[in-house]
Amino acid sequence: MSLNAFLVVGALLFSLGAAGVLIRRNLIVLLMCIELMLNGANLTLAAFGAYLDDMRGAALVVFALTVAAAEVAVGLAILVALSRVYPVVNVDELDQLRG
Amino acid sequence: MVEQQVAFWYLSVVAVGLGGGVLILRNPVHAALALVGVIFHVAGLFVVLGNGFLAAVQVIVYAGGIVVLFLFTLMMLDLRALPTERTLHRQLWLALPLGVVLAIEAVFISAGAPAVNSDLRGAFNAAAVADFGGSTQALARVLFNEYLLPFEVASVLLLAAAIGAIVLARRLDEAPPRPARGARRAGSSTGLGDSTGPDAPADAPAKAPVS
Repeated sequence: MSLNAFLVVGALLFSLGAAGVLIRRNLIVLLMCIELMLNGANLTLAAFGAYLDDMRGAALVVFALTVAAAEVAVGLAILVALSRVYPVVNVDELDQLRG
Repeated sequence: MVEQQVAFWYLSVVAVGLGGGVLILRNPVHAALALVGVIFHVAGLFVVLGNGFLAAVQVIVYAGGIVVLFLFTLMMLDLRALPTERTLHRQLWLALPLGVVLAIEAVFISAGAPAVNSDLRGAFNAAAVADFGGSTQALARVLFNEYLLPFEVASVLLLAAAIGAIVLARRLDEAPPRPARGARRAGSSTGLGDSTGPDAPADAPAKAPVS
């Protein structure tokens, strides 16, 4: 397999995630689409690391995973706190800052 | 080589297909399950790349942690009680062409990338990785030498995220510190640690709803 094949899959996953962030309305699904984008980026990093004989790609994937876990934990906590004030998950209706 | 190609094609086609499922599935639980499928197949691609440790971490952290957190939140919020609307945003006519353009652009650049420059190659070729005893040991060699400080910073980040998530998701009307202080004051009048024991004062449960 060539490096380019892995890069294409990573690019497709990232594009799907980006399109999902644009077209979905549900806040939870938006976070899932961000995870999809991170997966595409992780695949690209791991592919470059493997094909360049460099373990730094894999190390960066580990850090990206850490940040993804932290982001989801805080994002879902904000969502839970938000759902007590506004019982909606539609991002279009969450358009004011005051509680 | 042939089995590697077969594995790559199967894993990549299914991963991208399930990624499309995350994009269009109406039910968020179905979208989360499609995301689990994407994660497992990307983990398989990590195996094809020769890094089994990343595949294991991907499955444990993503499928075992993150998606479970998503499903947990979905169960907690009880989406059926919420008003349901159309799944897709009304800016679909603008967003979908932009997504397609982004995909075409990224695929074009990725597919047209030149071959790897041999000057850029690192020290971890197959022989060196086998010398370390496997990709996991080689990754540890990088992670705990060159990236030791970022590794520690990542642990602090996780701690901050855990504390932040607890503080954010806490119920404000419960206000746990105040009943605890009242219980401690009640306990100090009768003796230390009384309020937590089985012979707690009878007024302790009556006090909790007042404060």
